[in-house]
Amino acid sequence: MNHRPQPIIGQSLTRLEDPPLVRGKGRFAADVNFPHQLHMRVVRSPVAHGRLRGVNVEAALQLKGVVAVWTAQDVADLSPIDYREGRIEKLEPYRQPVLARDFVRYVGEPVAVVFAVDAYVAEDGADLVELDIETLQPITDAEQAVGEFAPGLSTEAAIVTQGFGDVEGAFASAHAVVSLDLQVGRHSGVPLETRGAIGRYDAARDVLELHGAAKVPHKNRESLARMLGRTTTTLHLYEYHVGGGFGIRGEIYPEDILVLVAALRLERPVKWIEDRREHMMCANQSRHQRHYVSAAVDREGRLLAIKNEFFHDQGAYPRTHALRIAETTCGILPGPYHVGAYSALGHYRLTNKTPCATYRAPGRYETNFVRERLLDAIAHKLGISRVDVRRVNLIKKEEMPYERPLSVLEDDVSYDSGDYEGLLDKSLQAIGWDELQASLKERRANGEIVGAGLALFIEKSGLGPTDGAHVNVDTNGVVEVITGGASVGQGFETVIGQVCADILGADYRKVRVVHGQTDRIEFGIGAHASRATVMTANAVAAAAAKVRAKALDMASELLQTPAADLEIEKGVIFRRDAPSGPTITLGAVANALRPMAKTRGPREPGLCSDGWFDSEHQVYPYGNQLAVVKIDPRSGAVTVERYLIAYDVGRAINPMLVRGQILGGFAQGLGGALYEEFLYDDNGEPLSVTFADYLMPTMAEVPPVEVLLCEDAPSPRNPLGIKGAGESGIAPVGAAIASAVEDALQSYGVVRQLPLTPQRIKAILDGFKS
Amino acid sequence: MKPAPFTLHRPSDVAEAAQLLTRFADDEVRILAGGQSLVPMMAFRLARPGHLIDINGLGELAQITQSDGAIEIGALVRHNDIASAEIEGATGALLKKVMPNIAHHPIRARGTICGSLAHADPSSEWCLSAATLDAVLLARSATGKREIAARDWFTGAMSTSLQADELLTGVRLPVLPEGTRFGFQEFSRRKGDFAICAALVVFEIHYGVIEEARIGIGGAEDHPRRIAEGEAVLKGQRPSAELFARAGAAVAAALDPMEDHSTKAAYRRDLACDLVEGALQEAAR
Amino acid sequence: MSKIAVSFTLNGRKVEVEVEPRRTLADVIRDDCGLTGTHTGCEHGVCGACTIIVNGQTVRSCLMFGAQAEGAEIRTVESLSAGDTLHPLQEAFVQHHGLQCGFCTPGFLMLACGTLEANPQMDEEEMRDILSSNLCRCTGYENILKAVKDGAERMRGEP
Repeated sequence: MNHRPQPIIGQSLTRLEDPPLVRGKGRFAADVNFPHQLHMRVVRSPVAHGRLRGVNVEAALQLKGVVAVWTAQDVADLSPIDYREGRIEKLEPYRQPVLARDFVRYVGEPVAVVFAVDAYVAEDGADLVELDIETLQPITDAEQAVGEFAPGLSTEAAIVTQGFGDVEGAFASAHAVVSLDLQVGRHSGVPLETRGAIGRYDAARDVLELHGAAKVPHKNRESLARMLGRTTTTLHLYEYHVGGGFGIRGEIYPEDILVLVAALRLERPVKWIEDRREHMMCANQSRHQRHYVSAAVDREGRLLAIKNEFFHDQGAYPRTHALRIAETTCGILPGPYHVGAYSALGHYRLTNKTPCATYRAPGRYETNFVRERLLDAIAHKLGISRVDVRRVNLIKKEEMPYERPLSVLEDDVSYDSGDYEGLLDKSLQAIGWDELQASLKERRANGEIVGAGLALFIEKSGLGPTDGAHVNVDTNGVVEVITGGASVGQGFETVIGQVCADILGADYRKVRVVHGQTDRIEFGIGAHASRATVMTANAVAAAAAKVRAKALDMASELLQTPAADLEIEKGVIFRRDAPSGPTITLGAVANALRPMAKTRGPREPGLCSDGWFDSEHQVYPYGNQLAVVKIDPRSGAVTVERYLIAYDVGRAINPMLVRGQILGGFAQGLGGALYEEFLYDDNGEPLSVTFADYLMPTMAEVPPVEVLLCEDAPSPRNPLGIKGAGESGIAPVGAAIASAVEDALQSYGVVRQLPLTPQRIKAILDGFKS
Repeated sequence: MKPAPFTLHRPSDVAEAAQLLTRFADDEVRILAGGQSLVPMMAFRLARPGHLIDINGLGELAQITQSDGAIEIGALVRHNDIASAEIEGATGALLKKVMPNIAHHPIRARGTICGSLAHADPSSEWCLSAATLDAVLLARSATGKREIAARDWFTGAMSTSLQADELLTGVRLPVLPEGTRFGFQEFSRRKGDFAICAALVVFEIHYGVIEEARIGIGGAEDHPRRIAEGEAVLKGQRPSAELFARAGAAVAAALDPMEDHSTKAAYRRDLACDLVEGALQEAAR
Repeated sequence: MSKIAVSFTLNGRKVEVEVEPRRTLADVIRDDCGLTGTHTGCEHGVCGACTIIVNGQTVRSCLMFGAQAEGAEIRTVESLSAGDTLHPLQEAFVQHHGLQCGFCTPGFLMLACGTLEANPQMDEEEMRDILSSNLCRCTGYENILKAVKDGAERMRGEP
């Protein structure tokens, strides 16, 4: 009887990350301290748009404990902040300077910095810096007349377009045309840990260090090295615990550069911890778009063409992502449906508000809302059901891989696998859709304002192109996996640990996963766009497989047994047909492979190997979300009564963690759908700078969610069959809730703007009365 | 978000606290009790007191006393204390009903009732209760004591008639007779948020008709107050759904609600109408 | 700015520090006492990441000044486990995936611990009400509620 090891992939194991975190022994950016460190405080623009005439730092410099105060003149040699993907010639003049020079363009823009011996004193010093700013008229709406960013530069920094087919022809011959005007409000990730950065220069080694890095340490190292004129081998980034990323943390912001430059010039470690008010004015915001979208359909509701013109409110500067979200908006809008012809035209407009960039499911939260609103409107117009209009348009399983002449993240769209209709059937059955319609109808007849809605979506994940990892077993059998991935709290160590333990045969609890340390591995893809598991796990699998082969080869000699007859489980090698016979541990094998060990023979020293994974295309997970809502006629407030999320992740390494990603994403999506919005007044003054004004859901607002996690369509594009999970919970929440709210209102084309605040809904209800 | 520097004083009795107030009256002196409103304002540096007088050591202010048909709540009584306090008459039940609506548990563990009254947020549930029940606020200065009726206490949003050299030592509430009906309803975006509008109604039923009606509205105007126009509708009438709807409408018509960037005046007015109606129904049950 | 001498008991140990009156208790615990498990997520009393237990009450440590801790008994997240033995709530948070990034976790643990010690029989509705005091941005709360329910049973010694 041959012994087969228990698989580790696919198990809902408790996380490797948790023990220090539940003990209060985590290390977040604010927990990092160095002897002799200074604290940095940023002086920020109090006006949305103005000409910066002068900065008086004298009084601040007089304050005891203040060591230095810098303005733009002090960092005149620094280039503005680069785009992550390198040079983009047309957008070059729009880059944000590290400290504002000549103009300020949003409330919160860094104008000066104070360095002091204590965070309290630094804030006292910042209060004493006097700004002389001539106020200029701000642009607060992306649709208002285009202005001048700088002489000869329009605030419409770019126009993005994508499309295919004969759109005009399709519209001319359509059975019906449906048009909508739709808006998504400005909201963002708002992690519980604010940003933080600690710069330190080690002159002994000539190494400049940035502590508190996140998301893409290796990419950021390249950008920072370029900006600071250093080689990447003398600049290192260190990621510790990260208190939530969600896309907004880990991009390069002015403060990251300032702490590095200050550490060099002031010859002391420099610590900056963002406060919450700063976070709400300065960290990347997102989502703010308005779409004018039309569909041409045939009698059965088939999408002959979609035409979309949208305005992307970017805020004051393009930030590191440049045009990414606007481009994604164009490329992903068609979602899981056939579309005969398509054109998208986006106005990428700069306004005098906090700059925007990616937030979990960028371009998808917005377009899922737009596309699914459109399908609901088509269903209503043609008098067919909301399910049927989707069914008739869905791309079929047999059509996979399905290509479309669009691009997302500069990758040609090619859906890898999926049974969209199969999953739709499963989810309708799971929620009991038909009975639900009947019961809602009855409740409406009794005066309740209740309804159900649905949204179908595809996600994208695992953009490559390449990631690598190194796996090393020490003589105690402890496995170290060195990756260039990043952990933003999603369970990266656990997932990587499981893959490594499964493939290698190691004890999962004995795997230590290194991430976000640029001095441990030369390259790294980080954690963004749901790619960590797809890319890094597959690279780790490749490395672990090589280590396994090497271990078996050595063990075969030591145990005098053919390698093919050996098995490894929990770090112990044994004969498959005689598990209770002679064994050897991975640690002992590592010992036998030490450079000095005679047992090693001609083999290369060390029980270790590198592994690489290359990906040609992204992978496309998919899902559905179904909502049941009730509206309070007095206040207009929406209560979500039931919510179902069906998602096909290809293959779940740890189902408990996938579920965790889905539930967490959903709560954020609910925020954007009902509660969260960064508001500005007509002067560009931000109004949502506290947690009393920016309303994130608490436990009282988040309903229980039913999750239907499927593995019906593994990706053919990687050996493990994985698709990402990070953004699936959030991506279509606005779409599904809007659909349910409109069903509750039993009036069509009225739900056009997220978030669906009580006042907006009350206004719709009041409209019925008059 | 680190507070600006200040000097901390820890008086050993109320008299000393009052003297300190007089001494530093010109230097933005503030009383520190629960700190749940003041400390955030200091963190944002919207408040920059030069001197803070911490009264948390004054045990004499931590009492709830009852005598002569009145309940006196000292300046150090915390919101959560109401849950376990034995308070006479319907007043006790009313306070216990209102209390859980205030912010969240850890805030209520430290925040004080008098602190809320002194802070005078238009949405404060205690301010609404004080206005509706015609509470009397008890002030003390180095030169003497002063009693201030709730209707004279609120002078605007976050603004009261307490003088810079005065300490609010307590608040006196009437003991409502057993059998007094009350209802409280509020609407906020999330649980624990400041109410966009809140209604507190109190009445007695004698021989089948409503007497001693009180309708208070908070959150809608810059300070809470009783709405006589709504109370007049109820007086001497038999409770009915139709009557309550009329009272709600009368209250709404009498309001001059605040309007800001995120909330329209009309929205608050409509809410007031519905919340009064709902609170009356709740009271009548 | 002149400093004030303050002494209090922190996780069973006597602590004496000299601090400026304006330093918040959260900062005193983190910077002056070196216990960084208490996190500051908003510094204006809304997020609850800094929740600790002072004289048996769960409070926001960002809304107290360190100087106000004179003579107090203070407990932070670091007090929960004894060596390798986790507190029942810590075990339950691990078991039910009640944390992702872990930043809000110390605040939720102390909130649950303090309120369950005062009211061990808390029902689910009360739990939801209490736990809605704190913000989490990762988990969507469902697993936190599960963990606290299970942790409460474990605290009561139920299997």
